[in-house]
Amino acid sequence: MIKNILNLGDAALYCDFGKEVNKETNTQVIRYFKSIQKENISSINNLSPSYNKLIISFDLKKTNFKDLKKIIENLNITNEDNLKNKTIEVPVCCDENFALDIVRLEKKLNLKREKIYENFFSKEFFCYMTGFIAGMPFLGDLSENMRAKRLETPRVKVPKGSVALTEQFANIYTFESPGGWNVIGNSPLTIFDSSKETNPNLINPGDIVLFKEISKKQYENYNE
Amino acid sequence: MSKNYFQVIRAGINTTFQDEGRKNLYHVGIPFSGAMDKRNYFLSNKLVGNKINSPALEFAYQGPLLKYFGNKINIAITGEVNFKIKKKDIIIDGNCYQSLNLENGDEIDILSTNKSVYGYLAIGGQIDLEYQWSSCSTNTKAIIGANDGKKLENEQVINISKLNNQSMERKLNYINTKIENIRIIKGTNFDYFSDKGKKIFLEKEFVVSKLTDRMGMRLEGPKIENVIDTNIKSEGLIKGVIQVPADGNPIVMLSDHGTIGGYPKIGVVISADYDKLVQLSPGSKIKFKHVDLSSAENLFKLYDLETQNLISQIE
Repeated sequence: MIKNILNLGDAALYCDFGKEVNKETNTQVIRYFKSIQKENISSINNLSPSYNKLIISFDLKKTNFKDLKKIIENLNITNEDNLKNKTIEVPVCCDENFALDIVRLEKKLNLKREKIYENFFSKEFFCYMTGFIAGMPFLGDLSENMRAKRLETPRVKVPKGSVALTEQFANIYTFESPGGWNVIGNSPLTIFDSSKETNPNLINPGDIVLFKEISKKQYENYNE
Repeated sequence: MSKNYFQVIRAGINTTFQDEGRKNLYHVGIPFSGAMDKRNYFLSNKLVGNKINSPALEFAYQGPLLKYFGNKINIAITGEVNFKIKKKDIIIDGNCYQSLNLENGDEIDILSTNKSVYGYLAIGGQIDLEYQWSSCSTNTKAIIGANDGKKLENEQVINISKLNNQSMERKLNYINTKIENIRIIKGTNFDYFSDKGKKIFLEKEFVVSKLTDRMGMRLEGPKIENVIDTNIKSEGLIKGVIQVPADGNPIVMLSDHGTIGGYPKIGVVISADYDKLVQLSPGSKIKFKHVDLSSAENLFKLYDLETQNLISQIE
């Protein structure tokens, strides 16, 4: 449930679902997001679901904070399961040319790389949100012993396809981008495809992601 | 069949095709994009008889040098722009806010934006462009929109598929007013900052740094001290949000911003001041002034009304 609705500037509602970052809270956020999307309210021009927040941007020519807040508060959010989750398998090659931060991570976590990969590949991840750059999925949760801080100096260019960890999360760089996450491998899978206008993202909030290790050869010959 | 096109001799620093932008895609990680200064963008289109939300070329600092081939065409430039039209044997200093005719072989040389950042070149007709999510706006970060998601490049061609009927000359008397005070609403993490930090934010002068582009504007000035946490749980961003990272220097999110961020939000620029904000070039001084929500809403109504009036003055 929404705990509180504030204004973010003069053209957005900032809906707070509570302090905790967990699957339950995030599932509530996604439920609201999908229900509001379905309502097709013409004054709304963007929705940003995240771990525990939902930001609703609106056209200030068509409505205002007070009026839209009332509409959102009175929406009937069905508790039925409108979340059609998919499970997606993401191949990852951990060749040392791709695993840019594995040595650093061994030190940070005090774990051998074999153990790091074993933990990583045996985990089932939940997609909390997508964004920052187009299509980038924020996946959780890593177990306590796998949580490392960001790089002290972020990379200017993280290669496209990089699979990286920080704190309780994993992500996939859908584009070459600056970034400070610990890179442990690279996926040849296309996660963001702008030619698919109805759904450019392969991984969406609420989906389940399983990573699968592939060899350098399998990576090079990878064919979707 | 005759063909009408521009040859790009010099592309300029950051020249892109823009329209109103694309909406309802924050959740996949795609921002609005679109023309940075909407008022000047609308006015450029109106001056050449286009629908006001037609694609136009947006340029920053130094614009393009274009050579035109084809039948007589109508163009207009808005902003604070120095440009020249080169005809067979004469060079004419161009005036903004009025329609101009180009003939086969003429060149338009957009030299610079004067004490501002963005200018707009509207072309009277239909430019041949690809659309993605109902918008041609080029987003170079996500590689989407017109021109294969890239900036304009030297030697390329801009094809015009249809020319507007040559209409009467259109003109507008308009002066871009400069503002130093940017009005803001307090952000959702305003209380993360010390009393001194808040005071600095609302009373001191900041300078627009060189690290400023269509994604964001970095400011330099006295450090804004955070007393709670220099990180928040990552959440959505909107344009105009002012984040303050650990180094204490504010960053304002602009139209091509990353859609998720994890720095505390100290404020949000009001909608009425966005067009003016984006025109502040590196080195400009800026002061933030707090207003409440209802004032911000009224100021936007006034600003929008003024824009509509300017548009309707062009006939």
